[in-house]
Amino acid sequence: MRIALFITCINDAMYPDTGKAVVALLEKLGHTVEFPAAQSCCGQAHFNTGYRRDALPLVRRFVEAFDGYDVVVTPSGSCAGMIRENHRVVAQHCGDTALAAAVDEVTPHVYELSELLIDVLGVEDVGAYFPHRVTYHPTCHSLRMLRVGDRPLQLLRAVRGIDLVELPRAEACCGFGGTFAVKNSDVSEAMLADKISDVAETGADVLCAGDNSCLMHIGGGLSRLQRSDPATGRARPLHLAQILASTEEREW
Amino acid sequence: MATTDTDKTTDTDKTDNIVWLGSPAFPQAAKTALADDQLRRNLRHATTTIRDKRLHVTGELADWEQLRDAGAALKRRVLRHLDSYLEQLETSVTAAGGIVHWARDADEANTIVADLIRATGQTEVVKVKSMATQEIGLNEALAKEGITAYETDLAELIVQLGDDRPSHILVPAIHRNRTEIRDIFTSRMAGYGRPAPEGLTDEPAALAEAARGHLREKFLRAKVAVSGANFAIAETGTIGVVESEGNGRMCLTLPETLITVMGIEKVLPQFSDLEVFLQLLPRASTGERMNPYTSMWTGVTPGDGPQSFHLVLIDNGRTLTLTDTVGRQALACIRCSACLNVCPVYERTGGHAYGSVYPGPIGAILAPQLVGAAGSKHTDSLPFASTLCGACYDACPVKINIPEVLVHLRAKVVESKQEHHLLPTPEAVAMHTARIVFNSPRLLGAGQRLGAAGARLISRGGVIRGLPGPLRGWSRSRDTPVPAKESFRAWWSAREQKYEGEERQ
Repeated sequence: MRIALFITCINDAMYPDTGKAVVALLEKLGHTVEFPAAQSCCGQAHFNTGYRRDALPLVRRFVEAFDGYDVVVTPSGSCAGMIRENHRVVAQHCGDTALAAAVDEVTPHVYELSELLIDVLGVEDVGAYFPHRVTYHPTCHSLRMLRVGDRPLQLLRAVRGIDLVELPRAEACCGFGGTFAVKNSDVSEAMLADKISDVAETGADVLCAGDNSCLMHIGGGLSRLQRSDPATGRARPLHLAQILASTEEREW
Repeated sequence: MATTDTDKTTDTDKTDNIVWLGSPAFPQAAKTALADDQLRRNLRHATTTIRDKRLHVTGELADWEQLRDAGAALKRRVLRHLDSYLEQLETSVTAAGGIVHWARDADEANTIVADLIRATGQTEVVKVKSMATQEIGLNEALAKEGITAYETDLAELIVQLGDDRPSHILVPAIHRNRTEIRDIFTSRMAGYGRPAPEGLTDEPAALAEAARGHLREKFLRAKVAVSGANFAIAETGTIGVVESEGNGRMCLTLPETLITVMGIEKVLPQFSDLEVFLQLLPRASTGERMNPYTSMWTGVTPGDGPQSFHLVLIDNGRTLTLTDTVGRQALACIRCSACLNVCPVYERTGGHAYGSVYPGPIGAILAPQLVGAAGSKHTDSLPFASTLCGACYDACPVKINIPEVLVHLRAKVVESKQEHHLLPTPEAVAMHTARIVFNSPRLLGAGQRLGAAGARLISRGGVIRGLPGPLRGWSRSRDTPVPAKESFRAWWSAREQKYEGEERQ
């Protein structure tokens, strides 16, 4: 199958390995990955902070870049949610009905990674090997916007060698919320502290999620904690794609 | 129907409590609340307990989702035809022997209630727990007229005796633990009537007994009661109050005069609609299958209950809210407070940080809309007091899409700033710049290289420990990873060139 990859702006600049892992995983499963070079950002930070007019050109850019692809995959629950739930809202609010119609054409083809694997490609066991203790944080937009349910866990359970441990209060928000972490940094910090203590309670070596923005937040807290309290802050953040792409030969 | 469109913008002597005057913006208020360890422990315990109870009793109904859909649909219909349902309600209540009054805002409502009480010759009233009277600041307004209002809901009594403010819609004293309550009873009850018993302990049964003794004296003496309403049925003129303690029932049945203050959005079309809401409300609210006391009355009944009944319908910003096609769904709220109990922000800050009688996620979308154009730094900060995690939307029994309204109100705040200020804010400059860069692959590539190089300069041990300017708060407790030397798009483009080169060979 020919699959277009929407990498997302954060993964592009900060976490290219996540993108490379998606490419490796899909190619291993026998598919062809394409990367439309005109793509950039879904506009979520703009939209969620109240700058919906600034999001408009980014919505248009997304639609033009991915028009005509049967399947578009993105390794981010919140960016997939932004595209599916809010691109239409942006176009409509700005009075661009032609763009709204174009959004309706493209968005049904956009899938978050675990949705693509389970629903479209029909695969649970991707042939991965990852011999570590892992706990999974579901991330709010994957859970409550996209409703990916336990698809990521189905995929993780099929990984050979994995020691998957349940995260207490997994469904609680980590406190990131994009610009919330900057505007309301004190509340965000209090939520982060609780999430980190829940992660530490599992004794996991790896904290997995389907969204690197949430992982940047929790991972940033864990990294800071590691210097003063190595035991509590020991889990390292890793995107779901990187666990699923790992094999005996190569760990991402 | 009365409207407030023109009045609200010029109203500088506001007396209502939609927002507490002088409240700081949410981030500042939250900082103070977060520093209170006792408060955080009280809140975590209380919200977790009630959250689990709600999940248990909503999970056992096979048709819970259909009930939510039905509740949402009914509320949408009411808002679409609010004018005709209200006129029908007025006709029905009047036909049943009640008297209907219309109030544009808090001042008008308070004046109407004070005049009605004065006409009875009384100087004190007992009160049923009511958000509408909290909203309009009725107790304070009556006090200015020499009328004392006694709260009879246990939690409202604790708030009133403690000279405090409510911090939760359902459990207004949620920020207090039982030791604090014992201290309030011991030191303050005597000033309001029957004192607390000697040697009062902080055992819940002892505290309840002290409140019972104190309140019973008030119920037996009261000639006038003031209540709110959970529902009013347009078809029959029936008003309903749902409660747990029975203190509301005392107020609604013993006095001679009953004055009910109700927001105009509380009307329901038909008596049979209660089937939906009497299932939704207790399960979503207290986590009970059924609330202990549901009182309903239709006008007056000779020889039974209050012989004089007044219904005061208040607008107070509701018509204004109705004009916003996205924001108006906030008016569907049935004040169950499920969204407060599941909100991770509320759980950390408690209700006072929101600076409104309506705290939590619903308050963050309701308070700014009810005050409308009289918005301030404080109300402008409320729609941003959320991570948009969506737990509130999932919990809402009438499916108010709170995250959708939060984002919509954020845009209104930003767009209003852009209209009224000549100089753009630093945030607006950052957002515009990001848009320009993200909309140009050439600039984006250059920006990525520049960012990665700059980040390496300020990094230590592979991470950035301190970011400058407005990002300082983020860096206080989080390291930031250094952007990759080679972006994904640079890697991809190199890979493509390599493949093409191989194919040519």
